[in-house]
Amino acid sequence: MADTLLFNALREAVDEEMGRDDTVFVLGEDVGVYGGSYKVTKGLYEKYGEFRVLDTPIAENSFTGMAVGAAMTGLRPIIEGMNMGFLLLAFNQIANNAGMLRYTSGGNYKIPMVIRGPGGVGRQLGAEHSQRLEAYFQAVPGLKIVACSTPYNAKGLLKSAIRDNNPVLFFEHVLLYNLKEDLPDHEYLVPLDQAEVVRPGEDVTLLTYSRMRHHAMQAAKKLEQKGFDPEVIDLISLKPLDFDTIGASIKKTHRVIVVEECMKTGGIGAEIVASINDRFFDELDAPVLRLSSQDIPTPYNGKLESLTIVQPQKIEEAVEKMMALQI
Amino acid sequence: MAQERTLPVFNATDALVTAEEGLTIYEDMVLGRYFEDKCAEMYYRGRMFGFVHLYNGQEAVSSGVIKCLRTDDYVCSTYRDHVHALSVGVPARNVMAELFGKETGCSKGRGGSMHLFSAEHNLLGGFAFIGEGIPVALGAAFQSHYRRNALGDAAADQVTACFFGDGTTNNGQFFECLNMAALWQLPIIFVVENNKWAIGMAHDRASSQTEIYKKASVFGMTGVEVDGMDVLAVRGAALEAVRRARAGEGPTLIECLTYRFRGHSLADPDELRSKEEKEEWLARDPLKRFETYLLQQNLVKGSDLKAIRDRIQTLVDEAVTFAEQSPEPDPSELYRYIFAER
Ligand SMILES: Cc1ncc(C[n+]2csc(CCOP(=O)(O)OP(=O)(O)O)c2C)c(N)n1
Ligand SMILES: [Mg+2]
Repeated sequence: MADTLLFNALREAVDEEMGRDDTVFVLGEDVGVYGGSYKVTKGLYEKYGEFRVLDTPIAENSFTGMAVGAAMTGLRPIIEGMNMGFLLLAFNQIANNAGMLRYTSGGNYKIPMVIRGPGGVGRQLGAEHSQRLEAYFQAVPGLKIVACSTPYNAKGLLKSAIRDNNPVLFFEHVLLYNLKEDLPDHEYLVPLDQAEVVRPGEDVTLLTYSRMRHHAMQAAKKLEQKGFDPEVIDLISLKPLDFDTIGASIKKTHRVIVVEECMKTGGIGAEIVASINDRFFDELDAPVLRLSSQDIPTPYNGKLESLTIVQPQKIEEAVEKMMALQI
Repeated sequence: MAQERTLPVFNATDALVTAEEGLTIYEDMVLGRYFEDKCAEMYYRGRMFGFVHLYNGQEAVSSGVIKCLRTDDYVCSTYRDHVHALSVGVPARNVMAELFGKETGCSKGRGGSMHLFSAEHNLLGGFAFIGEGIPVALGAAFQSHYRRNALGDAAADQVTACFFGDGTTNNGQFFECLNMAALWQLPIIFVVENNKWAIGMAHDRASSQTEIYKKASVFGMTGVEVDGMDVLAVRGAALEAVRRARAGEGPTLIECLTYRFRGHSLADPDELRSKEEKEEWLARDPLKRFETYLLQQNLVKGSDLKAIRDRIQTLVDEAVTFAEQSPEPDPSELYRYIFAER
């Protein structure tokens, strides 16, 4: 079977779910006639029509709130954030209404909706288009936050997200849309709440997600040649975190390095370190290390940009350094 | 005191009510008034907490609009939501229990005064932030439109009524949603309760164009101005808006000129509004006005109205007893309702 590009894997997920359940619909900027800025909804407007693939005006907060209202009344909206950064304008609807309304309503309403789109640092897109909002949104109660990283998990996770009865923030990465992978012919789902052990190992646990999974794997290959055996875990679910998988790994390796693309301050890693201290402190042989993006607006200049995010070499060095600490 | 707008003249023969309809509307208005008076009493007696925004004076709007709706229509409110909840039929005891923070409250004691919800009554909320309910209401209207047009369900002709204040019409969500509602011809009615004030901000100090109904026209939407102290005027405008929305003829903006008889919330000292202004509006009390109308038209007898008032007073008193005697939420359920239990 031919390889599937990641953006097509996402499109297949949306298409299959729309075919299966006619309450599922897509809305966002340029999702319809234009086919989506990364072509994730290409052809769906022609197939499902203008209501089910709804081109909205550029009004992020309002169309997000509209999706909340539609979800409360029985539809299953999928919002495409043209770029996830634009959802800063929808912060209120995402936090107050998508995130908290089920609780404040005492369970009167459920809000089955997906907010998906491209995030992360791309190639010289400048600060505003290079945001990692997962870190900003993690404090909001009631949201599930998921990051896909391969065509296989992108498809299976998105299908699960669409079927979930809760609001799911679904992060894709601008630089991963053209990854290729041979996908199963049969239908499959990937659970939203399970981390993926990408490379089992004994020495040190690398906790990562989204594009950094691939940086971690590059580093792991080099480290392997040098005789190290790192375990690479793709978190998949950034909220809630899969502490079963994380814990099992820590009990084996006793060392953890978080590799993330969000900024260090208030990042996903900050939350992970705190939670590991709460739950698994006695298992640790070394302090948990964070490799994060610099705490700066992502610079446009290519050299500065690459210095801003974690490069595979930095991961290698960090593992070697941690392994050199003999406890 | 700002120059008062001339209220549009309304010819009551346009919206004649039967005795039965009249009594239903009257009862709803009395319920709104008595319930809120009781809230003030309970708040000052320390039985309810937080920000509590009362609706006294604006009853003609809630009753005038909601009593034209079917039970399967949707209603979306703000933080000033008690009376909208009552008008859609959420039992007074469950609203009162919510204000007392009890498990029997319509939001299970998790919401409070500004977060009243009832899926059973298609009450979409209770929204504490300015303007944030408008997109949600738009979504409910889109949902009806979707079922009807994308899924071919001819019975999906529900209408959504969305209430908010004058101050809220300066927020972007108002304009964004007017645009989308008109663009897609959604079955929604935007009901602006222009009570002249947004806490301490006089409407004419906040809006460059104070006649809010006129803002509909730039979106190609029908906008009407009504005397919000006259329940029949409101009803007349609402009936037409409901008819249009149900027929697929799109949204309407209704600006109701009204006034709140109390401070912004029970925590507001209400020092900015002049005595003359308050007196002028108090003289137009919508409840008294409708009572006079019903009697003058010989639609009902004074004793009918008194019977309603007595019954509602009892109902409100019982709501307090119910709320007082209800249990608080179980601490073991602190985390319940964060996520759907499938
Ligand atoms: C986003 C947001 N900003 C500010 C407030 C504080 N606030 C609560 S009510 C209010 C005034 C609203 O006035 P209006 O829309 O006229 O409604 P009214 O209270 O008169 O019914 C303000 C500023 C809020 N609740 N939400
Ligand atoms: Mg006001």
